[in-house]
Amino acid sequence: MSRNGLLQRLARTAVLFLIAVSPAARAVLTIEIVGTGTTQFPIAIVPFRAEAGLPQPITPVVAADLARSGLFRMVDAGGINPPPHEPQEVNYATWRARGAEALVIGAISPLSDGRYEVRFRLMDVAKQAQLAGFAYTASAAQLRLTAHKIADVIYEKLTGDPGVFSTRITYVVKRGGRYELQVADADGHGAQTVLASEEPIISPAWSPDGRQLAYVSFEHRKPVVYVQSLVTGERRAVANFPGSNSAPAWSPDGRRLAVVLTKDGGSQIYLLDLEGGGVTRLTYSSAIDTEPNFSPDGRHVLFTSDRGGSPQIYRVPVTGGQPERITFEGSYNVTPRHSPDGRSFAFIQRNGARFNVAVQDLATRQVQVLTDGAVDESPSFAPNGRMILYATEAGRRGILSAVSSDGRVKQRLTAEAGDVREPAWGPLMK
Amino acid sequence: MRRLLISSALLVALAGCAAAPTKEQEGAAVEDRKPDVTVDRPPVKPAEKEKPAVAKPLADKPLAVNPLKDPANILSKRSIYFDFDSNLVKDEYKPIVTAHAQYLRQNPAARMRIEGHADERGSREYNLALGQRRADAVKQMMQLLGAQASQIETVSFGEEKPRCTQHEESCWWQNRRGDIVYQGE
Repeated sequence: MSRNGLLQRLARTAVLFLIAVSPAARAVLTIEIVGTGTTQFPIAIVPFRAEAGLPQPITPVVAADLARSGLFRMVDAGGINPPPHEPQEVNYATWRARGAEALVIGAISPLSDGRYEVRFRLMDVAKQAQLAGFAYTASAAQLRLTAHKIADVIYEKLTGDPGVFSTRITYVVKRGGRYELQVADADGHGAQTVLASEEPIISPAWSPDGRQLAYVSFEHRKPVVYVQSLVTGERRAVANFPGSNSAPAWSPDGRRLAVVLTKDGGSQIYLLDLEGGGVTRLTYSSAIDTEPNFSPDGRHVLFTSDRGGSPQIYRVPVTGGQPERITFEGSYNVTPRHSPDGRSFAFIQRNGARFNVAVQDLATRQVQVLTDGAVDESPSFAPNGRMILYATEAGRRGILSAVSSDGRVKQRLTAEAGDVREPAWGPLMK
Repeated sequence: MRRLLISSALLVALAGCAAAPTKEQEGAAVEDRKPDVTVDRPPVKPAEKEKPAVAKPLADKPLAVNPLKDPANILSKRSIYFDFDSNLVKDEYKPIVTAHAQYLRQNPAARMRIEGHADERGSREYNLALGQRRADAVKQMMQLLGAQASQIETVSFGEEKPRCTQHEESCWWQNRRGDIVYQGE
């Protein structure tokens, strides 16, 4: 990617951050890493020149991002005097001796308009060559996001997958009788309340461009589907038919929502045209059909149905037709969510009295159970497919956790107070 | 639009015959958490203070008690409970459903909402659908007993409005229910 392209991306995201959300009600989610990958890439990160004076130092955020992924091992970067900040200052033998395979160096320069230039380089220790290098111009408020962007570049260069550290998550916090729909950075920082209500809020879903959320609010004493802009805060009821309206899922092109309506009797899946407002019925059963989820290519919808006697996962072409049953193990399989590559899906499987996150390969039908909590719910893939965010319980409180899609890395995100539930991981910001 | 008109007409009708607030049956108090819908006790005990008033001329308005709110009337019972993963209306709740169906039949302008609920186990959206199915089952029975489909809207709160919040069956059965709420209440 060109430097300009990246800067534009950064600038646009930053604008979104500033306008999108009110500064009210901040809650910090802290993340605890429970497990790690089997092979970890050794990387050394040297504190950037002039970083100590910043309102938000860069390298600690980069290091925390990479460590949290479970795929990196931080190599001690201390005790070198003077520390290297430019390529010609690097003594590769030192870093080889410390076992680092990659090295991150950089520098901060204050600009006359009060902003900062943040330069960083990712060096290959063995080849003694630069793998990546970017410069960013950021205000004080954008420094944390800049650090996440740097971590994204490093992650992508070294793993081949896009980094997701600069993405955002949404979830619902319940405190007493108050419900708050919040949006936070993927590391839990900078949580902002985008909707507060005395009535329940469930099923938030990100639009593919990350600028809108669809969700179900009970503010009118019944479930109604809303779409809210994170840029302007404007919201509108998009499905408010007689009966219940719920389970919104975006089509990959962002033009349609799959929703569950009961207006014709029973919970059935409909496609809602967001521009024209028309609805087309997608499923026809006398059973429960719910929790629709589009395949990334937009051609299929996975959903939960108990048409066979117990809740199982089915797949139907988006053009309609006969649904095909997809899950066969166990008596309770719900909440299907396609992986970003469309090859597998995460879902919730009941095992005895437990409800756990599992992944099933769509081609081989092989199932892997990834979690072991008592009540795990609402799985949501990171946009690079490497982690799955989900809701679980600890000490009778709802908390968020994440597990790598191979089950090896586990993280726990805890809020200061309240029940946290209904997480959804936002898309990569283009 | 038509529904809105009907509902405001009903609101006026119900307001006309609404008695002083009395303590509601347990079943009707469910979702009312906001201060403005908290049920107040009457400031004085009517039974004692009413006696000297016998000599007074009768008020214009009849002192009829709203049958929907009268604790002695079966219509004040508003909750139908269900077994796990079931939407079958059990025999013990059929008299309640029958009484409300009859009320709807006798009061064609009356509108009600049946709110379905589920216990906390399983996915929120699937539980929302289970609650809906329970509400629909009650509606279907009322229709068979002569109520008009247009008088009843069924919605679901899923597991979001538990009446009891312990994580065990002694609690869960109270959350698998359908609640009857008349429009204007």
